[in-house]
Amino acid sequence: MAALDEVQVKEGVDQETVDAVREVGGAYKYGWETDIEMEYAPKGLTTDIVKLISEKNEEPDWMTEWRLEAYARWQKLEEPDWAMVDYPEIDFQDQYYYARPKSMEVKPKSLDEVDPKLLATYEKLGIPLKEQMILAGVEGAEDMPAEGRKVAVDAVFDSVSVGTTFQAELKKAGVIFCSISEAIREHPELVKKYLGSVVPVSDNFYATLNSAVFSDGSFVYVPPGVRCPMELSTYFRINAENTGQFERTLIIADKGSYVSYLEGCTAPQRDTSQLHAAVVEIVIEEDAEVKYSTVQNWYPGDENGKGGIYNFVTKRADCRGDRSKVMWTQVETGSAVTWKYPSCILRGNDSQGEFYSIAITNNMQQADTGTKMIHLGKNTKSRIVSKGISAGKAQNTYRGLVSMHPKAKDSRNYTQCDSLLIGSECGAHTVPYIEVKNNSSRVEHEATTSKVDDDQLFYCRQRGMDEEEAVALVVNGFCKDVLQALPMEFAMEAQQLVAISLEGSVG
Amino acid sequence: MAQTQKKFDTTASRLDGVSLPECGAWSRNARDAALARVREMGLPDRRDEYWKYTRPDTLTQTDAPEAAFFDGDESEHYADVDRLKIVFVDGVFDVEASDNLALEGVKIDRLCAADQSDIHWAKEIYGVLEERGQTPVERPLAALNTALACDGILIHATGEVSKPINLIYYHKSTSSDAILHHVIKLDKGADLTVLENGPAAARFNKVMEVEVADGASFHHIRKQGRDHERRAVTHIFARLGEKSSFKSFTLTANGVLTRNECVIELTGDDAIAHVAGAAVGDGDFHHDDTVFITHDAERCESRQVFKKVLRNGATGVFQGKILVKEGAQKTDGYQISQSLLLDEDSQFLAKPELEIYADDVVCSHGSTSGAINEDGLFYLRARGIPRPIATDLLTLAFLAEAVEEVEDEILREDIVARLTGWLERRRG
Repeated sequence: MAALDEVQVKEGVDQETVDAVREVGGAYKYGWETDIEMEYAPKGLTTDIVKLISEKNEEPDWMTEWRLEAYARWQKLEEPDWAMVDYPEIDFQDQYYYARPKSMEVKPKSLDEVDPKLLATYEKLGIPLKEQMILAGVEGAEDMPAEGRKVAVDAVFDSVSVGTTFQAELKKAGVIFCSISEAIREHPELVKKYLGSVVPVSDNFYATLNSAVFSDGSFVYVPPGVRCPMELSTYFRINAENTGQFERTLIIADKGSYVSYLEGCTAPQRDTSQLHAAVVEIVIEEDAEVKYSTVQNWYPGDENGKGGIYNFVTKRADCRGDRSKVMWTQVETGSAVTWKYPSCILRGNDSQGEFYSIAITNNMQQADTGTKMIHLGKNTKSRIVSKGISAGKAQNTYRGLVSMHPKAKDSRNYTQCDSLLIGSECGAHTVPYIEVKNNSSRVEHEATTSKVDDDQLFYCRQRGMDEEEAVALVVNGFCKDVLQALPMEFAMEAQQLVAISLEGSVG
Repeated sequence: MAQTQKKFDTTASRLDGVSLPECGAWSRNARDAALARVREMGLPDRRDEYWKYTRPDTLTQTDAPEAAFFDGDESEHYADVDRLKIVFVDGVFDVEASDNLALEGVKIDRLCAADQSDIHWAKEIYGVLEERGQTPVERPLAALNTALACDGILIHATGEVSKPINLIYYHKSTSSDAILHHVIKLDKGADLTVLENGPAAARFNKVMEVEVADGASFHHIRKQGRDHERRAVTHIFARLGEKSSFKSFTLTANGVLTRNECVIELTGDDAIAHVAGAAVGDGDFHHDDTVFITHDAERCESRQVFKKVLRNGATGVFQGKILVKEGAQKTDGYQISQSLLLDEDSQFLAKPELEIYADDVVCSHGSTSGAINEDGLFYLRARGIPRPIATDLLTLAFLAEAVEEVEDEILREDIVARLTGWLERRRG
């Protein structure tokens, strides 16, 4: 990345940070393509295409109806233009909405039957689809003790799920982990009950589009009182050209359960932009907890902004039960355009939502990302920590909403967003919305480093640090804490990101 | 962007039958252009993002909603300050009550007189700064003001002005609809203080355009009066030259609807802009501070300090923005908006924004909202201070950061006294 080598960095910005950003935003490692025979639905979007997708997935009639209703609504919606992103108009008729490897025409009964080319693709991405005791994608994992943690993987390739590992073992614990297409067939009662209950069909332009054409994705159900015995993950790979990926994820954590879910995504390097519009819905019942981590590494386009993924994602968690908890962690380094606001509806009393985000944009990338914390229940808590780093000619925006409803008594929010600019041609923006409708709640939005915990500061000062050093230590320590909270599978990315400090941040 | 039919209709109905005042060429041109801007933009409605938290309908409807005026005893504002008084009653200049407009270091004209001439120095500013302020965010009510303003004061400060100019706005009619447009020009090194007070009218639309040349200083203190039912939409548009300074403070107590917009452009290096406000409100009080500061030069400093005390269902709104343009290195931007909610029904809605295109800058912003600090209350009560008084003390302490933005001690004391009075009256 030549651009960063020549750039004049403002005094006070950590060299380690610049190096880490260079490393993260360096040559795209996942830009290769799998040469595989594909089967496409005709280009463009019509009622017939929607029906065809439903048919390919062998869906029941109610699902087809659901999709058609979404499609009808979508046609009446207008593409939103409020985000601080700028891209050429998308021709929604010039896309393929369904693409699957020919070899997937007959569903493989087990992973052994899956096309070796597909398995090799995931192997190359560092996500071996084998049920083995390894930490997928982590360097040095082979040296780990044999009882290393297991991770179940659902691998989605263009429009279809290729396979899901550890299904049998998870079944023993009562956990359902499969592709959403399988869930629609096998567990219609659950899907019917929850699909669209968090992100309604009519939620927004892209969510509605997704509702009409989603082809696959993951489904998780964790029964009451079960702590999911392993981490679950979905790896999304876009391979086919001119094809949009529209995946749908539905996670249900029943009373008192716990699950940690990870998501990774990559795409080949191409000159044309590709569309990705996903929806993630999470339902969290009483005393349950869900941890959702994402490393988003879609192809970002080249230095001149050619190609790259347009990433329009709607993610929302509904903390329905009392004392339920959700934690979103995201590391956003890819995509030409990112439009993504993982949100928490804190409906249950004492429920908690957390959002930790590191967004790095470089070259011509544009990211408009943040969260919504909707406090409805009493004594609900939320915390937002967002770090945006912009280099090259990139634009990075934090956009968020904290809303305290009149009935959300004694609730609490703390927001901290910092931005760092590397070079003088990029931009960093903050657009927070704060709506407080009761007085027993406390809301604090800070974009300065001066509001760190007084006790911690006092502790550091006592040990002879000056104020600035102490603040830097506490803030950077906090950032590192966030990264370390990422599951082990993301350790590699996280290790690079730990080097990032927000010293010299602009606001 | 194309207007919705509803917006188009609202605008057409507001402008229906409206005729621009008779005036000379320079003013005519400015007003015609402004009217064209209004038609082009359309008047604001609820669907506009910029009006997300404040309903503009009573500001855009043809007739001003009726508003009773405060008729109680009120001590004279700025009584201890030697000042030149200019009085408007319901938006109409009051010759009798006003002082002679001659003052050392400054030339003062009335808009409706200057209007008649074919040329006037105000041509360079009137409607010009307002038009600049229309991008990137549209402010149609300011353009409407430029087109329709019936009067205003044009102040040209050429040096150090010997005493502050006090613009006093009385409200005596329940249905008055006043539109005033002031233009203030400070030459290089000039120094001017403008004091404003009073509710002005049942509905008041005011624009103040301020051009601050290199090295000049402008001070502005405003008190928006005690009327409860009045509505006001005000805009300040300021452009600052090198090493100049602009400091404005607004006290708002009561008012069923107030929208104060302040649009400042820092175009010369090392300029300073401070905007602050303290607002206290009760019941159906709705107060909106909307600030947009653009840094377009190096080493400039800007501060936005806004505090609101809200009770019995009052609403406070803050929309603040710091825009740092490419090349505006070494910018120091600060923005704080806080509200103290004294009961369960009041609300605070805020959008504190940053938009930064320069890497060597410091911009911090903070926004908080919460109830009175129980620990503080306990501390004071443990020392024998009754709860209502302790609450007032903590409220004043909360407002202090904004009030301290007023540098002049006499003016500051006066503001503290009025805030104390407001709190005492509500203590019962």
